[in-house]
Amino acid sequence: MGEALLEVRDLTLRFGGITALGGVSLSIAPGETLAVIGPNGSGKTSLFNCVTGLYKPTSGSITLGGESLLGLSPDRVTARGVARTFQNLRLFLHMTVLDNLMLGRHLHFRKNILAAAMRVRDEEVRHRAKVEEIIEFLDLEAWRDSRVAGCAYGVQKRVEIGRALATEPRLLLLDEPVSGLTAEEKEEVSYWIHEIRGRFGVTVLLVEHDLRVASRLAQRMVVMDRGLKLTEGTPEEVQRHPGVIRAYLGDQ
Amino acid sequence: MDLVENYREELRFARKPLGRSLLVLLLLALAVLPWWCPSGWLARASMVCLLAIGVIGQNLLIGYSGLISFGQAGFLAIGAYAFGHLRIAGVPFPVALLAAGVAAGLAGYLVGFPSLRLKGPYLAIATLGFGTATYQIFANVEWLSGGRAGLSIPPLQPPFGIARDTWVYLLYYVIFLVFTGAAYNLVSSYVGRALVAVRDSDIAAESMGVNLSRTKLLAFFISSFYTGVSGALMAQYLGHLEPQAFNISESMNFFVAVIVGGLASIEGSIFGAAFVVLVPALLGSLRWAVPVLFGTAILSVLIFEPLGLAGMWLKTRLYFRLWPFR
Ligand SMILES: Nc1ncnc2c1ncn2[C@@H]1O[C@H](COP(=O)(O)OP(=O)(O)OP(=O)(O)O)[C@@H](O)[C@H]1O
Ligand SMILES: [Mg+2]
Repeated sequence: MGEALLEVRDLTLRFGGITALGGVSLSIAPGETLAVIGPNGSGKTSLFNCVTGLYKPTSGSITLGGESLLGLSPDRVTARGVARTFQNLRLFLHMTVLDNLMLGRHLHFRKNILAAAMRVRDEEVRHRAKVEEIIEFLDLEAWRDSRVAGCAYGVQKRVEIGRALATEPRLLLLDEPVSGLTAEEKEEVSYWIHEIRGRFGVTVLLVEHDLRVASRLAQRMVVMDRGLKLTEGTPEEVQRHPGVIRAYLGDQ
Repeated sequence: MDLVENYREELRFARKPLGRSLLVLLLLALAVLPWWCPSGWLARASMVCLLAIGVIGQNLLIGYSGLISFGQAGFLAIGAYAFGHLRIAGVPFPVALLAAGVAAGLAGYLVGFPSLRLKGPYLAIATLGFGTATYQIFANVEWLSGGRAGLSIPPLQPPFGIARDTWVYLLYYVIFLVFTGAAYNLVSSYVGRALVAVRDSDIAAESMGVNLSRTKLLAFFISSFYTGVSGALMAQYLGHLEPQAFNISESMNFFVAVIVGGLASIEGSIFGAAFVVLVPALLGSLRWAVPVLFGTAILSVLIFEPLGLAGMWLKTRLYFRLWPFR
């Protein structure tokens, strides 16, 4: 599998006595959408946190395009082309929607503090064009200058996706992007996630509780249970797996 | 492309014609202050100018970056003494001023390192320790503080036979405008955005590519640079330096100014500086009541108007923008 974009091998993560991840391996090909599903506490978010550098794995390896991500701080991981959203939103609540997205461009700014102090704004204008593209794509025009704190939950979720897109990632990690949304909003967000792949050429790794949404969006699924990979395969294969039925429906 | 022109237009300072005209009028009125303000108040106006620079520095740290510092008097002292020694050695005013800012800025950079690990009350205690230690050093090392006699700083020589207090005010006013303008520009640039992002959610900020250590150290550097410049201007204003001028109550003054003026607001910092200078002056013989009044002001702000004087100012402007429809 030389052509994998992200390759995770034997990833282990322990918190004292708790084993959040007990040797998980998975890989994503460029352009693919992979969904990670599993019950609460099975280690999905922990996997994301390890990839993005927020958690230091106990052992195992993580490579992006053949280069190791281990030991990099989160901002360096992002600079390598990984962006994410958070399960329980982490937005900059006192900034406007526009500024939240502009912050996603931060790592692409040519930084010159003296020019900034003298109000040279060429960089702002340059990056603004990119951000406007995302605003238009995610239908955020109406909220551009609103403070994020005052926006509805559905809008906030969209802003987070937009902010991650603004970093121009190769790999986008979405942690439960449709949880807490109305049925209609779920439809919209699913559509956007589908479109992102084509329009921005991004590979998507997705955590999703909702099996229906996950199987519609992803070509492949990885099922986790209690820190271990239970199985993986196409959505049809995965849904027939007895372990998955047990994990999702209980022991009859 | 007109879109690009649009973005550029949006980034301009004081965009609305009415606001811009009023601002120009205000700035002009203040520029000719020496010719219309009652005598005795001109010196206080100079004091507001110099203090406002330091309060802006403190606000960049507390208000914008969410990093607490109770050690501002330490940076103030470093700026003041660096400036004093350079001036005595014959270094020209502008060079000494910048050097004082850089000296305090570097001290701030070093003090910033604990902030990479410490948060909230722990950082407050660490910076308080720094402030106290700096005070002790200046109080006890004679070659730094000039011993019992203190440090006398050569006075400014006004050109064209202008009265000295007029010259000091005009000079301080211009310096104040430069530093205030730069602060407005910084907080509305990528720098300010990164500071606020780190304040609002450090995890999200670093996950979006903001280097936490670099940003926090930068916040400390800029903040203490401003404070150092303020200290230098204070040294020139006082003409004579003694360590007593830089004890903990001076740090508290900055804190009061930021809270009363309004967190994360440049206008607020200026209001706050005016508050801590003018209120004691207005109280006159009731000066003993100043600490009580400051304490009450902080409490009322925290309870009734968390955005401080800047918040009231914002509401007033909104009122008039919506007027007569309200
Ligand atoms: N910072 C932490 N400290 C201690 N334990 C943790 C930490 N983060 C995660 N865990 C533990 O690791 C396990 C996996 O948690 P994780 O959040 O990864 O699950 P998840 O699959 O994302 O669950 P959910 O579907 O509820 O989001 C849980 O037992 C959790 O308590
Ligand atoms: Mg989770």
